[in-house]
Amino acid sequence: MFQVRIHGRGGQGVVTAAELLSIAAFLEGKHAQAFPSFGSERMGAPVVSFCRLDDKEIRLREPVTAPNAVIIQDPTLLQSVDVFQGLNCDGFILINSTRTFEELGIADFVAEFPAHHVCDVGASELAMKHVGRPVPNAALLAGFAAISGQLHMASVEDAIRQKFPGAVGEANVAAARAAYEIAAAA
Amino acid sequence: MLKQTEGSQAVAEAIALCRPEVVCAYPITPQTHIVEGVGALVKAGKVENCEFINVESEFAALSVAIGASAAGARAYTATASQGLLFMGEAVYNAAGLGLPIVMTIGNRAIGAPINIWNDHTDSMSMKDSGWIQLFAETNQEAVDLHIQAFRLAEELSCPVMVCMDGFILTHAYERIDVPSQEEVDAFLPPYDPIQVLDPAEPYSIGAMVGPEAFTEVRYLAHEKQLQALRRIPEIGAVFKDVFGRQSGGLIHSYRTEGAETIAVALGSVNGTIKEVIDGMREDGAAVGSVSICSFRPFPSAELRAALAGAKHVVVIEKSLAPGLGGIVASNIRLALRETTVPVYTVIAGLGGRPITMSSLREVLEAAGNGRLPEVQFLDLDHGAVEHEILRAKQTRRAGPTAENILRNLGQSAVVGNE
Repeated sequence: MFQVRIHGRGGQGVVTAAELLSIAAFLEGKHAQAFPSFGSERMGAPVVSFCRLDDKEIRLREPVTAPNAVIIQDPTLLQSVDVFQGLNCDGFILINSTRTFEELGIADFVAEFPAHHVCDVGASELAMKHVGRPVPNAALLAGFAAISGQLHMASVEDAIRQKFPGAVGEANVAAARAAYEIAAAA
Repeated sequence: MLKQTEGSQAVAEAIALCRPEVVCAYPITPQTHIVEGVGALVKAGKVENCEFINVESEFAALSVAIGASAAGARAYTATASQGLLFMGEAVYNAAGLGLPIVMTIGNRAIGAPINIWNDHTDSMSMKDSGWIQLFAETNQEAVDLHIQAFRLAEELSCPVMVCMDGFILTHAYERIDVPSQEEVDAFLPPYDPIQVLDPAEPYSIGAMVGPEAFTEVRYLAHEKQLQALRRIPEIGAVFKDVFGRQSGGLIHSYRTEGAETIAVALGSVNGTIKEVIDGMREDGAAVGSVSICSFRPFPSAELRAALAGAKHVVVIEKSLAPGLGGIVASNIRLALRETTVPVYTVIAGLGGRPITMSSLREVLEAAGNGRLPEVQFLDLDHGAVEHEILRAKQTRRAGPTAENILRNLGQSAVVGNE
C-alpha cells in the first residue's frame, strides 16, 4: 500500500486533490481510497486530505499516520504545521513553490532524502499561466506522478479531464504537462 | 458501473435508481451530500415522478415521508445525529404505523458537547423504535443495502434505516459499483402498498388503541422483525443472483474457524479489524471477527453459531450506555446467555476518535491473555480524566467539564459547522 497526505488551506482544493489522485489510480485499475481530515473546515485554515493506493481492496479506515509521500499545496504551512510527521527518509516530498529548499528553510531536512524523491514545483504559477487561476491541483498531481512513479501521466490527464470536463480540463492538462516536465527533470 | 466516487454520491445515485416518489430533505452534516446528490438528480430530470421536498426541519422531513408513504408513495429521507433525535416522535410513528420508509443515517455523535464526528450514538438512540437497522461495512455495501432496504421495507411494510459511518464512509472517495437501472428494476418491483389512504376506499390509519389491543399491536411489530430475520438473508441471496455480489445478510464472519478470540463490531471499523485479524493470524494468534449487518432485528441465533467456538468475545462499539457500558455487548451477552464465554466491551471511536490497528491489536491480545476489563475505553486519556476529577473536587463551582478538559489539553473550543 502507498499512502499520500496532502496539506493545504481551506479553499485550495485539498480534498479535490486527493480525489483526483484516486481517480487517476482507479483509471489504472488500482484500488484507491481518498478521504479528508474530517471536521469543521474554514477558508484559510490548515486542511489535510489523504489517499491510499493499492493493488487490492483497501479495508483499512484509520487515518494515515505514516505516509509514503507528502504533497504541500501551500509552503506557508511549513512554519505552522508539522507537515512531515510520520514520513520516512525513503518517502517523497512535493512542494508547491518556486523557491529553493534553502529559501524555504528545509534544505538540511530534505538532504536526508534521495534527491529524486524531493521536488518543488511552482504549481500555482503554472496554473496562473495555463488556467488563469492559482489552482495548483492538476500540476501537483502530475508532479507527484513524475517523482513517485505511482501513476502514469496519461491517467493523470484522463483524471483531470474526467473531473473537469471541457476547456477548463484541457487548460489544467497543459499545466499538468508543464509540471510533469519540471518534476521529471528535477 | 464501476466508478471512483464519493460514498454519499454513490448512495444518492442508488436512491435515484430505486425510483423514489417522494424525497424529503433537511441538511445535517455528515449526511448532507446524500440528499444534495438526490436533489441534483431529481432536478436534472433523472428520477421520474419524484417530488423532492425541502422541509423546515427533520421532524417535518420524516412527517412528510410518513404522509407520502401512507398515500402510497415510495418515500425516502436521510439524517444524522441531533436530526434523528429531533424527528424522534415521527421515527416511532413511522414504525408503529408500519410504513415502509427508507432512511439513511450518516452516523454521527450526539451532543452535548457538540461534536460533528462519527460514532453510532444516533442510531442506537432509536434501536428499539421498531425500525429495521442495517449497518454498512463499506460504501459498496451502503449502496447495495439501500436497494435491498426498499424491497425489505415494502415486503414487510416496515421502515428501514441504513446506517453508514459519517465521514469515514460518506466522505470517502473510492471504487464503487453503482448498478444499472435495469439491474435495480429486475430486483426491486414497483411499490405495492399493504395500506394506502385512498379517497375511493376511505379508512383511517393511526387510530387510538386502548389496553384491549395495544399489546397485540406491539406483539405483531415484534413478530414482523422476526420475519425480517428470515427475509434479510433471503433478499441478500436474491440480490446476489441479480447483481453477482454478496452484500447484506444478518452477519459476516471473518476467519472465525478455530478462533479463540473473536471481535464483533458494526459498520466500517470491520475493515480495520480485518486487517488486524490478518496480522495477528500471521503471527499465529487464533483470532477472527464478526460484522453485524442487521442490528435490528438482532440475529441472536446466527451470532450464537458464529461465536460458538470462542473463548473470548470482544465487542468494539461506537456508542456508550452510561451507567451500563456497551449496548451491542449487552445484546450479545443475551444471545450467549447459555454459555460461559466472557463478552468484553471496548468503547471506541466516540466522537470521531480514530480507531487504529495498533490499539485494536492491543485489546484483542489483552482479551486473549485474560487481561481485558469488562468495559474498556479505547485510548482513554487517563491523565486528562484524573486531572478533571481532581479539579472538580476542589471547588463546588468547578464549571463545565468539556471546556475544562479542552483547556487542560491546551486547546480552545472549536465552533462546529452543523
